[in-house]
Amino acid sequence: MTDSQSHDAAPQPGTVDMITTTLLKNTLYNPLRLAGGLLLFLLVYVAVTNIASGNYTLEAFVRQSITGLAQGGIYALIALGYTLVYGILLMINFAHGEVFMAGAYVGFFAINAMEQSGMLADHTFLALLITLMVGVVASVTIALLLERIAYRPLRGAPRLVPLITAIGASITLQQLFLRLFGPDPRVYPRVNLYILPGIFRDLECAEVSGAQVCKGLDLIDGLYRVDVLGMNLRIRPVFFLVAFFAIVLMIALWFFVQRTKTGKAMRAVAEDKNAAALMGINVDRVIATTFVLGAALAGAGAVLFALYNQQVTPFMGFVPGIKAFTAAVLGGIGNIPGAMLGGFFLGIVESTGPALLGISSQLKDVIAFGLLVLILIFRPTGIFGEVLAEKKA
Amino acid sequence: MTLLEIRDIHTYYGKIHALKGISVTVDEGEIVTLIGGNGAGKTTTLNTISGITPAAEGQVILNGEDITSTRPHEIVMRGVVQSPEGRKIFTRLTVTENLEMGAFARSDVAGIKRDMDYVFDRFPRLLERRTQLGGTLSGGEQQMLAIGRALMGKPRILLLDEPSMGLAPMLVKQIFEVVTYLNTENHTTILLVEQNARMALSIANRAYVLQSGAITHADSAEALQHDESIIEAYLGGH
Repeated sequence: MTDSQSHDAAPQPGTVDMITTTLLKNTLYNPLRLAGGLLLFLLVYVAVTNIASGNYTLEAFVRQSITGLAQGGIYALIALGYTLVYGILLMINFAHGEVFMAGAYVGFFAINAMEQSGMLADHTFLALLITLMVGVVASVTIALLLERIAYRPLRGAPRLVPLITAIGASITLQQLFLRLFGPDPRVYPRVNLYILPGIFRDLECAEVSGAQVCKGLDLIDGLYRVDVLGMNLRIRPVFFLVAFFAIVLMIALWFFVQRTKTGKAMRAVAEDKNAAALMGINVDRVIATTFVLGAALAGAGAVLFALYNQQVTPFMGFVPGIKAFTAAVLGGIGNIPGAMLGGFFLGIVESTGPALLGISSQLKDVIAFGLLVLILIFRPTGIFGEVLAEKKA
Repeated sequence: MTLLEIRDIHTYYGKIHALKGISVTVDEGEIVTLIGGNGAGKTTTLNTISGITPAAEGQVILNGEDITSTRPHEIVMRGVVQSPEGRKIFTRLTVTENLEMGAFARSDVAGIKRDMDYVFDRFPRLLERRTQLGGTLSGGEQQMLAIGRALMGKPRILLLDEPSMGLAPMLVKQIFEVVTYLNTENHTTILLVEQNARMALSIANRAYVLQSGAITHADSAEALQHDESIIEAYLGGH
């Protein structure tokens, strides 16, 4: 230590000085990084000015973050599918957005039929559960067909080939749904699911034959004004439901991959397919299982998304699909917690960003993809990127 | 009794004709070794038996049953387990998980537990490192894990590909002791591929010599150890 103190002019390896100097050098000598750095600096400057001038308040931030949390939960659920498939096949399944769309679309037919039969009103919870299951089954079916028809025959082909096939499959599915069901958006019915009347005593009240009856919290369609720490927030419980759902499913997936026999086989196949086959692992089945898991998460996410977003179209999977891909790259593709974190991060940045920078909320896609570019410039392996680096070695 | 027989197999890698009509038989309880130089087709022979690079012509027969075009994982379920060249342990799975993968095709929980205890007993180093990732083990430990993992599959016939590769002489000796032990105590039939021909011939019953995808010699290990041309080419002269 005394040695490095005596030569304070020249930074020693490993010291903070050294790290800053290297970082500065790498940034200054690389035009891309320089441009990215300047952009980042500009964005931070605008944001800080906006906050300082009082145009952007904590209340707005919290309000937008809650919206972002739900959007992020959906991104996370889709991103897990990208990451699972990439982890095992090193392939980006660009048709995954359509797997998501199929879940929402087929789920619509189920919930619509149940609305007309009156079941949705009489047994709301059961009807929602059935819709969710129908959505999951639809997504899983599409994903299995995709894997079997489009990807498995190309298993040994150069990596670009299945990638192009995936884009083709994506367009095929969009067009298939368009021709089968027409271009008009289908609209999910409004659903009121009342829960916990004992706790939320003064919500959803109405006079029923002279007596005051309160039904409790409306989990799906409810919108409540809440004052928290002096902030006036409008809260939709469904946003928390989506985020909660995403987190629970992610944890379940993590346990599945880490602890179960099939999960361990998935990791073995991801690392070395021939060695896995020599263990007696049916590699084709494990790969199909991976697609099933990713599709189930996307299908569940799709129904939740459609419940509060209501409109479903054959093209609804495209943008969330690309965003979720961004989220997966953000977190470090191939990494399960990374996809989760990337999804929530993207959702929150996207919903808080426009107001924070004082730009139109229609530019939120620019923020999302701008973020992707910045990540690719500064940390191409994503937040939890060490796995990828290990793979190269 | 013949356990495994390959009859006149031809295997191609794209256009490369890697195996040009190879026939090998392995009897129950034997140690048979395939020796030969780099690129002679030793590994391809094992991979053809395991179904990784299926034969274009010829037959692989296990216990009277044709398994030429059976899929790799089904071949493992029939008791043909390969410990591949370069160990190929799963670097991102723990030692225990690697062993569990070896027993993937089995469902007898008690038997798996017993065999895992046996592997840990045999290789105490693996027991010490059971929660470590495979990638953090040394080369020798990885080879022990590879053999232990193959044992977990409860093989009727074990295909061992270059178990001595890259190991210090002390470890080579230890590994070969284990191979002999498996054969004599567990009655596991072994088909051993080795570049270390001297070591392989010292423990084998019979041997085949491979050169450019064809068999040039087939005899008892004892006889080959004293064959002038073999000594010249594979045992480093006199």
